[in-house]
Amino acid sequence: MNLPTREQSGIIVASVSGRIDHTISEAFEKSLQPLLAQCSAGNPGLLLDFSAVEYISSAGLRVLMAASRLAKAQKGIFAIAALQPLVQEVFAISRFNLIVPCYASVESACKVIGK
Amino acid sequence: MKRVIFWGTRGSLPVAMTTREIRSKVVNALLAANGRKFSSQGAIEQFVSELPFSVAGTFGGNSSCVEIACHGPEHIVCDMGSGARQLGQAKLAQFGTPNPQTYHIFISHLHWDHLMGFPFFAPMYIPGNRIIVHGCHANLEEAFRLQMRAPCFPVDYSQAGARIEFDLMVPGQTRYIAGLNVTPRLQLHAGDSYGYRFESIDRTVVYSTDSEHKLDNAEEYQGFVKFFDKADLVIFDAMYSLAEAVTVRADWGHSSNVVGVELCQAAKAKRLALFHHEPSHDDTQLARLYAETRRLEQITRGDAPPLEIISAYDGLILEL
Repeated sequence: MNLPTREQSGIIVASVSGRIDHTISEAFEKSLQPLLAQCSAGNPGLLLDFSAVEYISSAGLRVLMAASRLAKAQKGIFAIAALQPLVQEVFAISRFNLIVPCYASVESACKVIGK
Repeated sequence: MKRVIFWGTRGSLPVAMTTREIRSKVVNALLAANGRKFSSQGAIEQFVSELPFSVAGTFGGNSSCVEIACHGPEHIVCDMGSGARQLGQAKLAQFGTPNPQTYHIFISHLHWDHLMGFPFFAPMYIPGNRIIVHGCHANLEEAFRLQMRAPCFPVDYSQAGARIEFDLMVPGQTRYIAGLNVTPRLQLHAGDSYGYRFESIDRTVVYSTDSEHKLDNAEEYQGFVKFFDKADLVIFDAMYSLAEAVTVRADWGHSSNVVGVELCQAAKAKRLALFHHEPSHDDTQLARLYAETRRLEQITRGDAPPLEIISAYDGLILEL
């Protein structure tokens, strides 16, 4: 799974797209691993731009939970931004909005967690 | 199979509504009435029937007990939680004594909330009745006897008037019992639990409670999709939110509404009954979870036929 990255306001912004379901969650997890390895104290934070994500299943949410947990253990900054309305609803219904910091847009995330 | 009757739907521990909760319902009903005057009892009944379920009703507080009513003379029951007391009373009222009946009881697992109703299940004290307890735990009979042993209970198991038999089933092996093909399946829960797939010639019901689903186990996921395949009704442990189930309550042996919807959609099941409600949730919270689950089904359905979402409550009768 390709996760194009860019730097913005001192943080790494990775663009995620498509449907993150049971068939793709493992590839999503593997693609996140090198980015998460750098997500630690003293390094730039990692922000996932979800604006092109159409759907996320429980398996995809589990990957985000594990990513958030690892970043926290490494004292890194990890967040998600720009959820489409339906994906945002899935986050709310599953209560994942209480686990992973979510921002309305990449810009608003950068204001809070960027440099 | 004709219908499913939910006698107990609460998880872990039976609960009762408090005065505060009842008062809140009365206040909300009067607020909804907004000063209206009612000319007759019928007008009041009509008004009450239009109130939200969380105001005019309750999900109830008995622990797991579900009856599957079939066309034959024998009775099919899943689990013996505290709801079994009302089930037993209803059977005595319907059939009276002496009028010997046969009960097939399928036990998901041996935790207390799934067995505690048995000593209060009146048909067990009636001579002539036959009770066959089906399960997959080797110590099934011992667990039934244990909870009725002093000092836990005043009436010893030996005082049972009914003929009680124990039938050890094997996970994955289908058996023909009381006109149904019944297949147990091992589930992830402390001490193991078992779901049951009941199939008649034209209907399929799956009872799957106290079952945790690990989201990174594709084999397990596919196994449950197959277990739920095209079921008319899946009764599913939806005790926690998904976030709780994978974080603070991981390894507690329960699942979520989100996973229930996903598995039923993948299995092309027709109806999903949310079951084994968290005891700390009041009617307002359960009603909100129900609404959210219906919405989740709606936004994730795609082109597939709708999956009907039900939130089980004590006393609910579902025609199959």
